[in-house]
Amino acid sequence: MKKGSLFLLLSFFLFTSCSSSSSDVEDVYTPIPASLNIPTLFQQKLIAPLVPNSNPLTEEGIALGKKLFFEKRLSGDNTQSCASCHDPQNSFTDDTRFSDGIDGAFGTRNSMPLFNLAWNFSDRFAWDGKELSLERQALEPVRNPIEMHSIWTDVENKLQQDSEYPNLFLRAFGTSTIDSLLITKAIAQFERTLISGNSKFDQHLLGTAQLTPEELNGFNVFMDEAKGDCFHCHGSDNNPLWTDNAFHNNGLDNTFTDLGLGSITGDPNDNGKFRSPSLRNLAFTAPYMHDGRFATLDEVINHYSEGLKSSSTIDPLMKKVNQGGVGLSTQDKADLKAFLLTLTDNNFVTNPNFQE
Amino acid sequence: MKIRLLFILWLSLFIISCSDDSDIVIEPVAITLNFSHAWQDTEITNADFNDVKFTNANGEQLSIERLRYLISEIILTHESGVVTTLDDYTLVDVTNGENLSLTTSATILPGNYTSISFRFGFSDTNNTDGIYQDLNTASFNVPGILGGGYHYMQFDGKYLDTNNAEAPFNYHAIRAVDNTDPNNLTFQDTSFQVSLGAIIVGGNTNVNVQMDVYEWFSSPNTWDLNVLNTVLMPNSAAQVLMSQNGVSVFSLVDIIQ
Repeated sequence: MKKGSLFLLLSFFLFTSCSSSSSDVEDVYTPIPASLNIPTLFQQKLIAPLVPNSNPLTEEGIALGKKLFFEKRLSGDNTQSCASCHDPQNSFTDDTRFSDGIDGAFGTRNSMPLFNLAWNFSDRFAWDGKELSLERQALEPVRNPIEMHSIWTDVENKLQQDSEYPNLFLRAFGTSTIDSLLITKAIAQFERTLISGNSKFDQHLLGTAQLTPEELNGFNVFMDEAKGDCFHCHGSDNNPLWTDNAFHNNGLDNTFTDLGLGSITGDPNDNGKFRSPSLRNLAFTAPYMHDGRFATLDEVINHYSEGLKSSSTIDPLMKKVNQGGVGLSTQDKADLKAFLLTLTDNNFVTNPNFQE
Repeated sequence: MKIRLLFILWLSLFIISCSDDSDIVIEPVAITLNFSHAWQDTEITNADFNDVKFTNANGEQLSIERLRYLISEIILTHESGVVTTLDDYTLVDVTNGENLSLTTSATILPGNYTSISFRFGFSDTNNTDGIYQDLNTASFNVPGILGGGYHYMQFDGKYLDTNNAEAPFNYHAIRAVDNTDPNNLTFQDTSFQVSLGAIIVGGNTNVNVQMDVYEWFSSPNTWDLNVLNTVLMPNSAAQVLMSQNGVSVFSLVDIIQ
């Protein structure tokens, strides 16, 4: 009897000592897997979007990423969030040539619009391709002295002291300990959900909208190698991204003050090359080009028509560079502009899922 | 008695374990085509791009800046006469050094084949507009106003013109189309089959093929870049010339088992 009691007592201690130290380990919560809302045309025409295994989409991760995207405490003085330069109303860019940081300093590049990022299969982001993955991209503006001018440890501490964030990270990533890695993962998840695929032209391809004769002619100018020849770099009715996500020198300058991709690769053959932006939502994304030099679409079209400048790395697809450009007629220019504006997705900029 | 029983048991196991040779299964295998590139006798890669360092048969100096092309429809003819078509395709992207090899997803039985060939581009049968998601994503389409479908090749670069100034060329191969009447396009299938000769297919067959880029400009049509440089997609006659020159572009280097 004594031996039996002793055994029971020891067993009790053994089990209690072996139990998980519940006070040290946070409650386990499994986030709910999420998937992207892929437009019909994208499903038909494009390969599946890129979502890294290291950062799968979850409902909690996306919601947290959205909250962080609009979180001004990511900046040094708590005045700027990602949305300050990537405003949903402007298709996630802003309307100025260069964006000012928290100290009033301006950069040298135009803020890029953000949408359909999961279809950038090269995974090179920014105008010059310096950011290899969305997650890494999100690290940069926070610590950039002319942008949000903060220090990641400060950001982590600020969010850690918040009454809500630790629990949101716990639910999204299984830990309430906040660090820059998880912050950028969450933001990247939200950014991948920013999908724009419901323009008038999309509806035209789906048979639910009709283009005007001017818009149709503009599309033909876009697709005609003897006229606009835009499709080699900017997609087509079969590539609804309206970009090739590749890097080109499109004849902006004879000499370069900004080397673009060349400053990243170190290869002189890449000097003056910048990533082709998507032509979706141009109605919201002025000014245009990597340095925002063109205030209007008319200026952009005039550039390709008669404003090309030659340089050593100009893309051979700028085939009429020695004649100054492709030389469009006034009517073709107007129609091309009309077509480009059919790529406007009004639902995207008002989508409540993307607003603060 | 016990010994006899044991012997019978041993004999039974022996017989069962000695399976008949006729049970050996010959597994079908995939074939890998590897593509390398040359300018005449000198091998080139994308590291040779962007420099005006090549001279074509017409004497023009030129650079290569972008080169990608489509390979499809691998056909093998067995010595028994049976023809097998492997419906794989790939976009060989020399510019980015990607997809330089094509391993067939379909497989074929090992054995002696009197010929192996592949197609440059898509035959009309396979050149259906917009159906290949990977090629759409790579922006390799042909505009609908030229009948749609896909490029066979996108080859861009610069040459020194008669004023010794750099000028662009876009040697883009597609299905030839006469668009004189936009409402009544007429086509000519200018893709072509490249035969590499006989092949013994074993367990791990690598077919090494070389594209001599020089040949696109040389024979049978000596290419004058001062005349034919850009806007060649809607130029039906130029497409036919490209197709004729393409026949001598590819050659078999070797086959490694």
